[in-house]
Amino acid sequence: MDSHAINDLKKLLGADAVLHRPEELLLYEYDGSVEVARPNCVVFPRHTKEVVGIVQIANRYQIPMIGRGAGTGLSGGALARQGGVLVVFSRMNRILEIDVENQCAVVQPGVVNADLSVAVAQTGLHFAPDPSSQKASTIGGNVSENSGGPHTLAYGVTTNHVHSLEAVLPTGELVRLGSPALDSPGYDLPGLFVGSEGTLALVTEITVKLTRLPETVKTLLAIFDTVDDATETVVDITARGITPAACEMLDGWTIRAVEAYVHAGFPVDCAAVLLLEVDGLREAAEQHAEEVADVCRLHHAREVRVARDARERDLLWKGRKNAFGAVGRLSPTYYVQDGVIPRTKLPQTLRRINEIGEKYGFEIGNIFHAGDGNLHPIILFDAREEKQFQRAVASADEIIGFCIEMGGSITGEHGVGMEKDRLMPLLFTEDDMNLMRRVRDAYNPVGLLNPGKIFPDTKGCGEIHVRPLPVAGASRA
Amino acid sequence: MNTASATVPSRLADIVGPSNVVADPAQLAAFAIDDKKPSVSVSPQLIAEIVEIVKFARKEKLAIIATGARTKLGIGLPPRQYDIALNMTRLDRLVSYDPGDLTLSAEAGIPLHKLSAILGEHHQFLPLAAPYFDRTTIGGTIASGVDGPLRQLYGTARDYLLGMEFVTGEGVVAKSGGRVVKNVTGYDIHKVMIGALGTLGVITRINFKTFPRLLSSRAFVSTFQTLERACGMRNRVSQSHLAPVTMEIFSPGVANLFSTETASRIAPNSIPENILGGSRWIFTSGFAGNPNALARYENDLRKMAEECGAVDAAVLEGPQLASAFALKREFIPLALSFSSAATILKISVLPRQIAEALTAATREAESRHLPWVVMARGVGMIYFTILAGESSEATKQQVVQASDNILLACAALGGNATIPWCPTAWKNTLRVWGPPRADFAQMLKLKKAFDPDAILSPGRFVGGI
Repeated sequence: MDSHAINDLKKLLGADAVLHRPEELLLYEYDGSVEVARPNCVVFPRHTKEVVGIVQIANRYQIPMIGRGAGTGLSGGALARQGGVLVVFSRMNRILEIDVENQCAVVQPGVVNADLSVAVAQTGLHFAPDPSSQKASTIGGNVSENSGGPHTLAYGVTTNHVHSLEAVLPTGELVRLGSPALDSPGYDLPGLFVGSEGTLALVTEITVKLTRLPETVKTLLAIFDTVDDATETVVDITARGITPAACEMLDGWTIRAVEAYVHAGFPVDCAAVLLLEVDGLREAAEQHAEEVADVCRLHHAREVRVARDARERDLLWKGRKNAFGAVGRLSPTYYVQDGVIPRTKLPQTLRRINEIGEKYGFEIGNIFHAGDGNLHPIILFDAREEKQFQRAVASADEIIGFCIEMGGSITGEHGVGMEKDRLMPLLFTEDDMNLMRRVRDAYNPVGLLNPGKIFPDTKGCGEIHVRPLPVAGASRA
Repeated sequence: MNTASATVPSRLADIVGPSNVVADPAQLAAFAIDDKKPSVSVSPQLIAEIVEIVKFARKEKLAIIATGARTKLGIGLPPRQYDIALNMTRLDRLVSYDPGDLTLSAEAGIPLHKLSAILGEHHQFLPLAAPYFDRTTIGGTIASGVDGPLRQLYGTARDYLLGMEFVTGEGVVAKSGGRVVKNVTGYDIHKVMIGALGTLGVITRINFKTFPRLLSSRAFVSTFQTLERACGMRNRVSQSHLAPVTMEIFSPGVANLFSTETASRIAPNSIPENILGGSRWIFTSGFAGNPNALARYENDLRKMAEECGAVDAAVLEGPQLASAFALKREFIPLALSFSSAATILKISVLPRQIAEALTAATREAESRHLPWVVMARGVGMIYFTILAGESSEATKQQVVQASDNILLACAALGGNATIPWCPTAWKNTLRVWGPPRADFAQMLKLKKAFDPDAILSPGRFVGGI
């Protein structure tokens, strides 16, 4: 990168806000995915004006720029695929306004997801999107990826909780999209920009909706001796029109990994558990919990445990949310997939994943958002062996192919990024993608912002999975 | 229209067959928008036919406006050009419905009530309780961006629309989203199509998430001497753990609107006199659940109403509840049919500003002796209706002044205000889309990406897009 550009950035931000030595950049060539890409320089803006300045410099020298929050993303969204300036928002981490009465808040993009909920907990509110990475991931990152989480089954994903955005377009224009009041006249631009994986704008301020915490929460653990019984339970719960706040499944293999690490109290001899949560008014939640337990028993649950207090509940969730950390202890690398299927197809899909694992000779664990059909098969492999890596990707592709065959999708919450761009044509026609590219080009005309993401139109695609690999692998989901 | 006009119907007939093309001016009156008639209407049944029609129109520089049940074509500015009415009502198939997954895909021309009936067989529903419910199509409901009483609990279409297929202004079929309930693949283009009045594309298919039918439901209704007290009740409920299905505030005088012949057809079961008859503000909130939950709602709401100074309270159920719900849903058509020059301002503010916004609005109307009536949703959407009796120049001036001031007052509160419905003749004077918007330039970019020659619904949208 042009040393003049680095000097300009230092002049704008101060030397302590610009990293450019190779050893400083190492940390930023990863995110939570299995991808690797090194930026030429990393900058840490403190306020919107500095972001505008960075974008101007990037334009002046025609260098790519990429937004990044905590780097927990699972699809390479925050990696500098074609080099350039990585704009890290960790210093823009202030909650600017909390409006309890109107149940909304204005935050900077670097605010950590869980920190917002903690900040408003006293008022009985919370920020509903709860990705498993929520203790680290930032709201700016959540906005870019339209993050989900276990409780999105009932509460919706990030886009359902964003009112308006302030953003810097790749051309340097500072814009405000939407309004804190509902139904802003005109096109729903926040709806378009949320989930655009950092390819349309650098978001500098977000007005989010805050949701009232439920009066009663009931957390149940249903234990099954076969995976089929567990998946059939989910199908039945869905078909009966019971919408739990969360419905997570862990298979036996994952449970054993989790127990060895977290000691959450999951039985290690079972084939699968469902972690179910119902909430709402006391009168409704109690009945819903009973209904859910009845359906579990109808499908031969060996046991249905109900968390007796907050401590037990937190422990069960700790097991779920730390599962990926637990898996990391078992294998040098793993690859998490994110396919989605109609809920009615859960049983045959899980059986198919098992067959695919056997075919390729991999252990594939399953821990996922069963209630909304969002799978997270975890493929364990050794990245030091090139062939293993290629086989891991091939098996993942086969799983994704089956999801599409079932009428599903290639990503439910992790994003396309640089991981799945080559899979886009499986879901979208060239016409579909051309329109999306045109939308991208409308706001990102030169392609300087986060190039090489989402669409399979970049040089070198198709080879992205054959590259030096991380020695210790990824991450959370 | 250019010299090709004489041959347009026959060219369209080549695409869809002569029986699906109407060129008779008398029949075309039914497709008029703001007194502007198209020169032809065409009713395709296949997406491939729409592609051909759009490509033809683009070549001939003809403007297309897609229509469904034609109930909400009056929303927005008059079209800059209007040659072809694209009648979507033959594109009315249910493409797929997976009750076990609670998802469906349907063509844009399917009537909402028909879709509701199909869902009802499986004890499911769509929370799109849109006005003109018995006639409107899903395409028209989505393209016009109207809301309904169920948004209190379920949000709006943007919250449960899963994907869409549409034809762009260049005659290209494109889609976004999918059919599964969770999906982040590609841009959420379908979101910008909602409420875009067909300016970005012709919507052909829509995928929805469906919902299990509510357990037995009821509505709590209470009356208050003042707007502030009614809003106090709204605030009280929203601070509690109650999660009502609907929540609205109606102004005194709404009884007039709800007692017309049209209203009694929509709502055959009368609402108690003490509630609707008085000169008080009405707070109403629907709720649902098992018997214990219902008892809890009723009990808590009665207590809150008492603390907030309610004059009267009642609980509606059964046929009365159905009637009350229908009246809420059909507020806009009822207001428009009530007086010949009815003008409806759609105002959105933060929920705690409802009282302030309404105080400003009523002051402007009353100081000019303009009769008015209000429906305000608990989420902060206000339908402020000026019931102007005639479209004379003098009345117009009064309405223009009042609405300009109301728009300013709402802008000062950080809210939004537009005038989706008003007499055609007033549209060039009223600020139909409200004050100029800071993000307008970003909207133009989108329009250019979808419809570079501006042949789709030209001129009707924000800023004359």
